[in-house]
Amino acid sequence: MQIARVIGTVVSTRKDENLAGITLLMVQPLTADREPAGRPLIAVDSVGAGVGEEVFFVRGKEASFPFYPVEAPVDAGIVGIVDHWDLG
Amino acid sequence: MLLAKIVGTVVATRKDPRLVSNKLLIVRPVDPKGKAEGSYLVAVDTVDAGVGETVLIVSGSSARMASGMKDCPVDAAIVGIIDTVDLSS
Repeated sequence: MQIARVIGTVVSTRKDENLAGITLLMVQPLTADREPAGRPLIAVDSVGAGVGEEVFFVRGKEASFPFYPVEAPVDAGIVGIVDHWDLG
Repeated sequence: MLLAKIVGTVVATRKDPRLVSNKLLIVRPVDPKGKAEGSYLVAVDTVDAGVGETVLIVSGSSARMASGMKDCPVDAAIVGIIDTVDLSS
């Protein structure tokens, strides 16, 4: 899993039926210095995250597990909102 | 998932039987502001998208979870047409 910041929202009306009702958010992965790392991507949200929050997300087929038994066609999903994190 | 813009179509007569009657499109990833970046890829279309539209691409094994793609040999599928992207300042 990777830490990222939610930087925006994405709206799609015409989409796969198994994506209905699922929130799409634009997330920017972060480095340990909280700087942007690489390209932003779109992740689905299953925990109620909002723009500006730090989250962690999972990549791959596992991103669809929160929506089981619906088989949502997703490859990145936010699975937690970070309260705080620090490196020891 | 990735934002991408559809830039072309692909026609293939000889292909895996499980790809028959699927529409293949050439897409190019774009950043949230719409600027093209990265290399082109072929994606199977499941939402009747067309050239010029900005779409949502799911890649890897998750592409097989798109509508009608079960057990098909694909690793990139178009699963949505993007209306808007709102970025916080």
